[in-house]
Amino acid sequence: MINKLVLENLKHRPVRTMLSIFAIAIEVTMILTLVGLSRGMLDESARRARGVGADIWIRPPGSSAISFSSAPMSEGLVRFFSEQPHVTVATGTIAQPIGGIDTVTGVDLEQFSRLSGGFRFLSGGPFQGQDDILVDERYAKQNGLKVGSYVKLLNKQWRISGIFESGKLARMVMPLRRLQELTGNTGKLTQIFVKLDDPKLTNDTLRLFKAKLPDYAIYSVEEFTSLFSVNNVPGLKQFIYVVILISVIVGFLVVFLSMYTAVLERTREIGILKSLGAGPGYILAILVRETLMLAAIGSLLGIALSYGTRWLILEFAGATLTAMVTPDWWPTTTLIAVAGAVMGALYPGWKAIKQDALEALSYE
Amino acid sequence: MSKSGSLISIQGLGKVYRVGEVHVEALRGVDLEVTAGEFVAICGPSGSGKSTLFHILGGLTPPSSGSVSIDGTDLAKMTDSGRTNMRKTKVGFVFQKYNLLPTLSARDNIAIARHIAGKPLEHDEWFAEVLDLLGISGRLDHKPRAMSGGEQQRVAIARAIVNHPAILLADEPTGNLDTKNSDTVLNVLRGLNERLGQTILMITHNPEAAAYGHRTVNMRDGQIVY
Ligand SMILES: Nc1ncnc2c1ncn2[C@@H]1O[C@H](COP(=O)(O)OP(=O)(O)OP(=O)(O)O)[C@@H](O)[C@H]1O
Ligand SMILES: [Mg+2]
Repeated sequence: MINKLVLENLKHRPVRTMLSIFAIAIEVTMILTLVGLSRGMLDESARRARGVGADIWIRPPGSSAISFSSAPMSEGLVRFFSEQPHVTVATGTIAQPIGGIDTVTGVDLEQFSRLSGGFRFLSGGPFQGQDDILVDERYAKQNGLKVGSYVKLLNKQWRISGIFESGKLARMVMPLRRLQELTGNTGKLTQIFVKLDDPKLTNDTLRLFKAKLPDYAIYSVEEFTSLFSVNNVPGLKQFIYVVILISVIVGFLVVFLSMYTAVLERTREIGILKSLGAGPGYILAILVRETLMLAAIGSLLGIALSYGTRWLILEFAGATLTAMVTPDWWPTTTLIAVAGAVMGALYPGWKAIKQDALEALSYE
Repeated sequence: MSKSGSLISIQGLGKVYRVGEVHVEALRGVDLEVTAGEFVAICGPSGSGKSTLFHILGGLTPPSSGSVSIDGTDLAKMTDSGRTNMRKTKVGFVFQKYNLLPTLSARDNIAIARHIAGKPLEHDEWFAEVLDLLGISGRLDHKPRAMSGGEQQRVAIARAIVNHPAILLADEPTGNLDTKNSDTVLNVLRGLNERLGQTILMITHNPEAAAYGHRTVNMRDGQIVY
């Protein structure tokens, strides 16, 4: 019976109902999109890291998986690693930030091919000149680039000689030497990859490397990719919390306003219910159920919308951003939305209970 | 204290409303006895305290002084929740207008009174007879705005008695209706009283309406005058 009344009440004010549902949906989408984006980005980085095909990653002292150190390593280390037992390939790359979160990576193509099996070209092929560049399919698609197109990077025009399948190392690749020169890092590397003849020996070799070069950040590929988590990105977790908090406040305010106007406009109805013997519990139950209904529908819509935002991200920013669908966050987000909504209904509910039934019924 | 045989027994009832610093004495020493099965009309000028008397009888507001008992229960000693419970079962209210929940059909308006009282929703034979008497059996699936004022008022009456209250309190039930609809509603009230023995207290300004009752009680300045 209460459900019927709640449903009829919601239908009675379709615009208010829709707006409340939308506000809650946006709250939910905002959280899911942010989480999906964070996870997607990290997951994509991990995928590309695995795509390199190395068993061991070496980074300069003081760096982490997520951020590069400003003090690069010397190229001489590559030789050192290649002379270690069981090492089949050792090669280095240099990564140069080019604004935003994009980076371009300098690669020794020949060595890198031995390590990873090479890029899989969708069109074009390896560098033909020293001012050639390779981009992955997503970057090409987003920027409408073809083989032979030019892109401007580091104050220079570069010709695209090949477009490769995404998922290996980087989105933009240029010749190692050229990038070293241009950035004044001749002889320097930001990371070194090592491949072993038998991946089972990874842990033993890792221990050996760490003993020999205690200051360097040395990871197995498992260790390295597991570092791509929300917890390891400085400030990301806090950022997500802030966005969640803001979302909850928005949801809270909208439900507050919606329920507040509902109570004001239903003074008489509430009076009638009270005259029929409805106690505070009954009146509150109506408002809470109405709120829960809004929150539930809003959350479902929000989950649906998060697929939409993911599509938008992939379609229009696929080269730099990746988003994931995160079903494990659906219950959490719904709970957050429900909690915010119920808090928003508290004061209106209290007002409805306190409201003088007589005033509503006796006058006019 | 209450006389034997009285359903409602009111002695020295006083009610003071406090609005900020101002004290409004709405009732000042009302004595009234109503026997089960009576149909009593209450008349009096505006502001004489008629509605206040009803609200106290219906447990919508507590008395300030004196004693009121309905069906042997003393209202003065009741808590808020006690009064809420009393409204569920002992009294049924009909107001002047806008009595119904606008978003619910007539049927659901009646059903919700059952639900609030925690009773099953099916209507018994007795209630079928009531609906028949009220002449609204065919209108149950309409929403209030699709019904005439008289029909709405009859639905409100049906809702007010669906839980078998000891008394039906009707506060100017015809105040907002034309003569034809008024007559129908008044006949319905008389029918309920005569055929089902429903005790009814009805406030009215209209002497013709008052004539439907067994007797008329006149109020003035918060007191009953004879
Ligand atoms: N909730 C309230 N707060 C303050 N004063 C009130 C309240 N309800 C009624 N009063 C006052 O109590 C007095 C009696 O009011 P009441 O409504 O009982 O009169 P009434 O006989 O029903 O009048 P009417 O015929 O106009 O309906 C009036 O002076 C009124 O202003
Ligand atoms: Mg009145």
